[in-house]
Amino acid sequence: MSIFKNVTDKPWERKGVIGGLEAEGAFESPNEKVALSIFLVVASVVFSLFTVGYILRMELPDWRPLSEPAQLWFNTALLVVSSILFQWARNITKDDGEKNVRVAFFGAGVFAILFIAGQVITWNSLQSAGYFIASNPANAFYYLMTGLHAIHLLGGLWVWSKSSITLLSGGQPKDIKLSIELCTLYWHFLLIVWLVLFALLSNT
Amino acid sequence: MAYVPLADQDHEMEMHHPHSFVEKYVWSQDHKVIAIQYGGLAVFTGIVGLVLSLLFRMQLGFPDTATFIDPNFYYQAVTMHGMIMVVYLLTALFLGGFGNYMIPLMCGARDMVFPFLNMLSVWVFLLSVIILMASFFVSGGPTGGGWTLYPPQTNLAGTPGHDMGIVLMLISLAVFIVAATMGGLNYVVTVLQYRCRGLTMMRLPLTVWGIFVATLLALFAFPALLVSAVMMLFDILLGTSFFMPAIIESGTPLDHNGGSPILFQHLFWFFGHPEVYIVALPAFGLVSDVLSVHARKNIFGYRMMVWAIIAIGGLSFIVWAHHMYVSGMHPYFGFFFATTTLIIAVPTALKVYNWILTLWEGDIRMNAPMYFAIGFIFTFIHGGITGLFLGNVVIDLPLSDSYFVVAHFHMVMGVSPVLVVFAAIYHWYPKISGRMFHEGVAKLHFWCTFLGTYFIYLPMHYLGFLGVPRRYYALGTTDFIPASAQDLNTTITVAALFVGVSQILFFANLLWSLRYGPKADPNPWGAASLEWQTPDTPPSHGNWGDSLPTVYRWAYDYSVPGAAQDFIPQNTPENEEPTMDDQNVDMDKEA
Ligand code: HEM
Ligand SMILES: [Cu+2]
Repeated sequence: MSIFKNVTDKPWERKGVIGGLEAEGAFESPNEKVALSIFLVVASVVFSLFTVGYILRMELPDWRPLSEPAQLWFNTALLVVSSILFQWARNITKDDGEKNVRVAFFGAGVFAILFIAGQVITWNSLQSAGYFIASNPANAFYYLMTGLHAIHLLGGLWVWSKSSITLLSGGQPKDIKLSIELCTLYWHFLLIVWLVLFALLSNT
Repeated sequence: MAYVPLADQDHEMEMHHPHSFVEKYVWSQDHKVIAIQYGGLAVFTGIVGLVLSLLFRMQLGFPDTATFIDPNFYYQAVTMHGMIMVVYLLTALFLGGFGNYMIPLMCGARDMVFPFLNMLSVWVFLLSVIILMASFFVSGGPTGGGWTLYPPQTNLAGTPGHDMGIVLMLISLAVFIVAATMGGLNYVVTVLQYRCRGLTMMRLPLTVWGIFVATLLALFAFPALLVSAVMMLFDILLGTSFFMPAIIESGTPLDHNGGSPILFQHLFWFFGHPEVYIVALPAFGLVSDVLSVHARKNIFGYRMMVWAIIAIGGLSFIVWAHHMYVSGMHPYFGFFFATTTLIIAVPTALKVYNWILTLWEGDIRMNAPMYFAIGFIFTFIHGGITGLFLGNVVIDLPLSDSYFVVAHFHMVMGVSPVLVVFAAIYHWYPKISGRMFHEGVAKLHFWCTFLGTYFIYLPMHYLGFLGVPRRYYALGTTDFIPASAQDLNTTITVAALFVGVSQILFFANLLWSLRYGPKADPNPWGAASLEWQTPDTPPSHGNWGDSLPTVYRWAYDYSVPGAAQDFIPQNTPENEEPTMDDQNVDMDKEA
C-alpha cells in the first residue's frame, strides 16, 4: 500500500524510481472494487445521516412510534438468503468451479426481488391500516428509509440483471467473476444496513 | 545497467479511438474533452449567476430605478446567484473542470479509470443545470428563500418560488449530487490506482492533492445535502413534517406539525461548511503550483502543505455549527464549535505562510498567472482574518446576517477562488489550447478584477459594522443606518458593474488567442510537473503517445543548484540530469 508506505518520504531528497517495474496502485484490488468500497462509505454516510435525523426527530413530542408488521421478519429472511447465495456463488467462482454458479447467482437475484416484493406488500398493508406517510414522522421515516434501501437494492439488481443476461446468452461464469464479487460485497453491505434499520425501526 | 523501459507496461486499458465529430466532442470519453464540457457549462452557469448579481446590485445601488426588479425578483436573484456560484460554478469547475483535465495528466495516466462513468457524469451535470434553469420559466419562478433554503420560510406563500421553484431547485441539487458522485469516484480511484511508475502519492503536485481531498469531502459531504433535499421534498410534496413545524400561513394553519427547522440547518451546514473547502482546497492546490513555477522555486514545505490539506479536510466536518450561532444553541455547543473553527485556522494560516515563503528570494517572473496568484494571497488573508472574527461567538452575534458576513465569504470564497481560476486558466491555457494569450490584456484584466473586487467588498465590511443586514430589498428608514450608507451602496454597485463588464477582457482574450494567438511552446513557463511533458500540445487522445512516462522525482525541482536548467522535469532520470559540468564539457569540445 504505497500511500502509507511513503507518507514520511522527503520527496525533495529521494530521486529515482520508487517501486518496481510496473506502475503500482494504492490497492491491489480491481479498480471497480476500490470504487465500490468508496461508494459504500458514501452510502453509509447517507444512511447514517438519516439515522441521526431519525433520532433527533424522535425526541419531539408529536412522535408516535409505529409498530412494524411481523412480515418484516420474513422479508429479512429473504434478504439473508439472497446474501448467502451470492456468497456461495462467489466462493465457487473463486475456486474456479462452474457447477451451481448459475443456480446460486440467479437464486440470489430472485430472492432479492422477492425481498423487494415483500417490502412493497408491507408498505401496502401499512397504508391500508391507516399508517399514512404524512400522518406521523415515524411513518414518514419508515417509508423514507425502507424506500431508500430498496432503491439501493434495485441499483444492485440492475448490475445483476446485466450479468444474468451475459450468462443466459452463452457467457461463462468466469466472465462475470468480477461482477459476482462486487454484487456479493454490495449485498452484504445492504444486508447490514437493513439489519441496522430494522433494529432501529422496530425498537423505537 | 541502464534500465530498459517496457514498451507495453501501460495499464491494461483499451483505448477507444473516436472518429466522428460527435464521438470526439459530444459523446466523448476523453477526460480532456469532458473537462472542457464541464468547465464550459460551469462558466456558462456562472455568467448567469453574475448577471443576476448585477441586477440585484442595481436595486441596492439605485433603488427603484429598474422597475422590473421587484422584491420577489430581488430575492430570487440573490438566491439563485448564491446557489449557482457555490455549487454549479465553483464546485463543478474545480472538480469537473480542473479535476478532469489535470488528474490524468499529472498522474501520468491515459485517462480516468472509468471513462464511461466520467462521460455520464458530465451529462447528468447538464441535466441538473437544465432543471435549475427551468425553474426560471415555471409559474412562480425560481425559489427566493436564500441560498441556504431554510424551511419553513422557503416553503411558505410569502416566499417567491415556494411552489415549483423550490421543488426544481431541490431536484436539481439531487441530480447534481449524482453527477458529482460519479465524477468523484472516478477522480479518487484514478489518483489512487492510476499513477504512473515511480509516482508516489508524496510526489504528486499539490494540485492533485487539493482536488483529491476536496473530492473526498464532496463524496462525504454531499450526502448531507441529498438527505436534506429529499426530506424537504417529502415535506413539500407528500405533506410530511420532517422540518416543517406547525405554522399558520396567512391566517390558515398548515397541515404540518412538529417538524424541526433546526434539524435542516444542521444537515445543511454539515454539507455547507465542507462545501466551502471543496472549493477552497482545489484552489489552494492550483495556486501552490502556479506560485512555485513562476517563482522558480520549489513549494515551501511540501509535506506540511499536504498534511495541511488533509487536516483542513478532516476538520472541516466538525465546524459546521459556526453558521448557526444565532440559532439559539447551548453555550457549550457554541464554545465547542468556536474552538474547532479557530483550530482550522491553524493549518490554513500555515499554508499562507508557505506560499509567502515560496516567494521569498524566488526568481519571480511576473507573468499574468503570477499576478492572479499573488492577488489571491492578498484576498485570502483578508477573508481568512474576518473568518476569525466570525468564528468567535460573541463577535459573531452582532455581525451575523449582516454585510460583514457577506464581505467575509466573498473575499474568501468568491474573489479568492475566482482569482485562482483565472491564474490557473492563464497558466494552463498554452497547454490546453496550444496558443499563447495576450499578456497585456491579461494583466489589465487582473487589475480591473483585483482592484474592482476590493472596491466592492472592502466597503461591505464597514456596512456590516453599521449593522446593515444582508438579503434586504430596501433598507427603509432605520435610525442606526445613516443615509450615507446608501452612497456606499451606490459605489459598490458601480464597482460591481465595472468588474462584471471587465470580464469581457478575459473571454475576448481567450477567444481571440484561440485563433490568432502565437503558437505556444510545449512548456512555456518551464514547469517540472508531468502535464507539461506530453509529446503533443495540446495533449492528444491517450495523452502519452506510445508509452507512459516514468517519474524519477517530485514535481518541484526548480533552480536546483548545479543543474543546467532552472527546472528538471519529473520524468528526467536522476543520472541523466544535464548539469553545468556537462555543458562545460560540451563547450570544451566545441572549442
Ligand atoms: C480561516 C478560516 C475561516 C473561518 C474561521 C471562518 C468562519 C466563518 C464563520 C464563523 C461564518 C459564519 C458567519 C455568520 O453567519 O454569522 C462564516 C461564514 C461563511 N464562510 Fe467562513 N470561515 C473561514 C474560512 C472560509 C473559507 C475558506 C470559505 C470558502 C472558501 C468560507 C466561506 C464562508 C461562507 C460561504 C460563509 C457564509 C455562508 C452563509 O451564511 O451564507 N469561509 N465563516
Ligand atoms: Cu463554515
